[in-house]
Amino acid sequence: MEIISVILVLVVAFFAGMESVLDQWQFHQPILNCTMIGIVTGHPVEGVILGGTLQLIALGWMNIGAAMAPDAALAGVASSIFVCMKGMAVEEAVAVAIPMAVAGLALTIFVRTITVGIAHAADAAAEKGSVGGVEWCHIGALMIQGLRVAIPAGVIIAIPAQAVQAALDAIPTWLTTGLSTAGGFIVVVGYAMVINMMASPKVWPFFFLGFALASLSELGLVALGIIGVVIALVYVELSPEFNGGGGGAAQAAGVDPVDAILNDYE
Amino acid sequence: MADEIQKEVETSIEAEGKGRKTIDLRDRHKIWWRAQFLLASFNYERMQNMGVAYSLIPAMRKLYDTKEEISAFLKRHLEFFNTHPYCAAPIFGVELALEENRANGGEVDDAAIQGVKIGMIGPLAGVGDPIFWGTLRPVLGAFAASLALTGNILGPILFFVLWNIIRMVFIWYTLEFGYQQGASITQNLTGGLLQKITLGASILGMFIMGVLIPRWTSIDMSTVVFSKADMGAVGDKFPDAIAMIESLNGIVNGEPMGLDVFHNGVQSLQGAVSGGFSIMNDAANYPDDPWRLLTTTSLQSVLDQLLPGLLPLILTFFCIWLLKRHVNPIAIIVGLFAVGIIGALIGIF
Repeated sequence: MEIISVILVLVVAFFAGMESVLDQWQFHQPILNCTMIGIVTGHPVEGVILGGTLQLIALGWMNIGAAMAPDAALAGVASSIFVCMKGMAVEEAVAVAIPMAVAGLALTIFVRTITVGIAHAADAAAEKGSVGGVEWCHIGALMIQGLRVAIPAGVIIAIPAQAVQAALDAIPTWLTTGLSTAGGFIVVVGYAMVINMMASPKVWPFFFLGFALASLSELGLVALGIIGVVIALVYVELSPEFNGGGGGAAQAAGVDPVDAILNDYE
Repeated sequence: MADEIQKEVETSIEAEGKGRKTIDLRDRHKIWWRAQFLLASFNYERMQNMGVAYSLIPAMRKLYDTKEEISAFLKRHLEFFNTHPYCAAPIFGVELALEENRANGGEVDDAAIQGVKIGMIGPLAGVGDPIFWGTLRPVLGAFAASLALTGNILGPILFFVLWNIIRMVFIWYTLEFGYQQGASITQNLTGGLLQKITLGASILGMFIMGVLIPRWTSIDMSTVVFSKADMGAVGDKFPDAIAMIESLNGIVNGEPMGLDVFHNGVQSLQGAVSGGFSIMNDAANYPDDPWRLLTTTSLQSVLDQLLPGLLPLILTFFCIWLLKRHVNPIAIIVGLFAVGIIGALIGIF
């Protein structure tokens, strides 16, 4: 095992970790990270086949809203290290990938929680008007996400395959269940902050209207968005506070831009 | 060096344009690049907040000079934000137009800037999630994977190239679209209109928050089972299902089953499932008629009958209450994780 290929595998792992949160270039998708690890370790065919196999498993793994999918990044990186560097069969590596995806999910939940602290550091930097400070907080958090996959990858390269399996089996289920359950409802803290910012007695009824309509599963978010826009437009149009004095001219001039800003983004 | 020259050129252009500060094509290119790092610092408190500030910094450099203005800009773009990472681009476009108006003495206030963001994130996530994550990536991924399974490296290459072309083009054009639309809105602003936009945006924002709380929060209490009640034999309530099963047994004996029997039987079974029943064999208690209908009453089913999404709503109000009492959000988050782990330990999750 050459030192150069170890370094390149760690670089791939770092990019996979960064992409697992960015979700842009897609290096966290197994079809890309397994292929890349296959290429840098000199086993391109095994890497491509493993990547294709895992990609089919991971097709439906997606982060929607704040709900989180199993972590394809660590799953792909770890199992391709097993195949390309430790000689494991592709089928065995696929079985290892699933617990790896759960372990990766726990790690990324951990990173996303400690990033709350970084967000407060960014607040402090903004207070001082430090642009560089805010930028570093943002990029620093990305580096941590990269290390989140690169460090476990390094550990997996260093230790025997059986030891990894034993360590994974040793994580108690109450810990993983507890973390993923809390990950499902931790988002309310963010919602509470937004509501505190926008709420006034006048707009509270619309919150409850949205809440009640949300229970109709036939209505998708786009349909609900349209309903929200229509209600906002109609309310603003009919509201006495805008129709008392003023005169019609400003109002007539005003209608179209409101339409434009809201309608175009529903 | 090149930056300095560029700055000189820009300041001279600004001077000619009667001092109006504008975000030019070059700035928007920078913002387009930075917007692709939106999610870098995703966190459980304000989610993509640092990503918004980071993405819009090139606009800030052009529009604001004093330390106070810069500090205020950063703070107002470090507020809560969470949408589909590609669909953030049109929101940024509108924000650019609003900021440009504000920097040139317009009447855009913090509430309008925040209201536009909050009003747009939910619906745009509703567009982006099903299109990109739900449709495009699975289709492209399945196609690429089918090539890759044969060891063909074209699979991963096609996946990478196609996905990123679509993504980058989408982000650029929606950013430009948002900017142009936003600029035309701010051009003929009147005092009352801005209040209308602000009020309208916060109505939309509150409405969408009401939608998102039950939709995007998952608290499942169905592990807590109160009772399982026997609702009688399957045959009493759904005779067509039993008829189908008897007919199926008949097929084994050589008698064909009629299409109508099959159709009625399937419909009958669907009725049983959608009625919330589960079917169980209980030969010990009912030796004559062992197939029983069961209803399971769990904490979740009781709560759902009361009001779907009730627990997320209560939890949100609890957080609002804590935040108003100046409890640190990190303490709340740590507390919620503790609740999750303890709940898993005692077996309610």
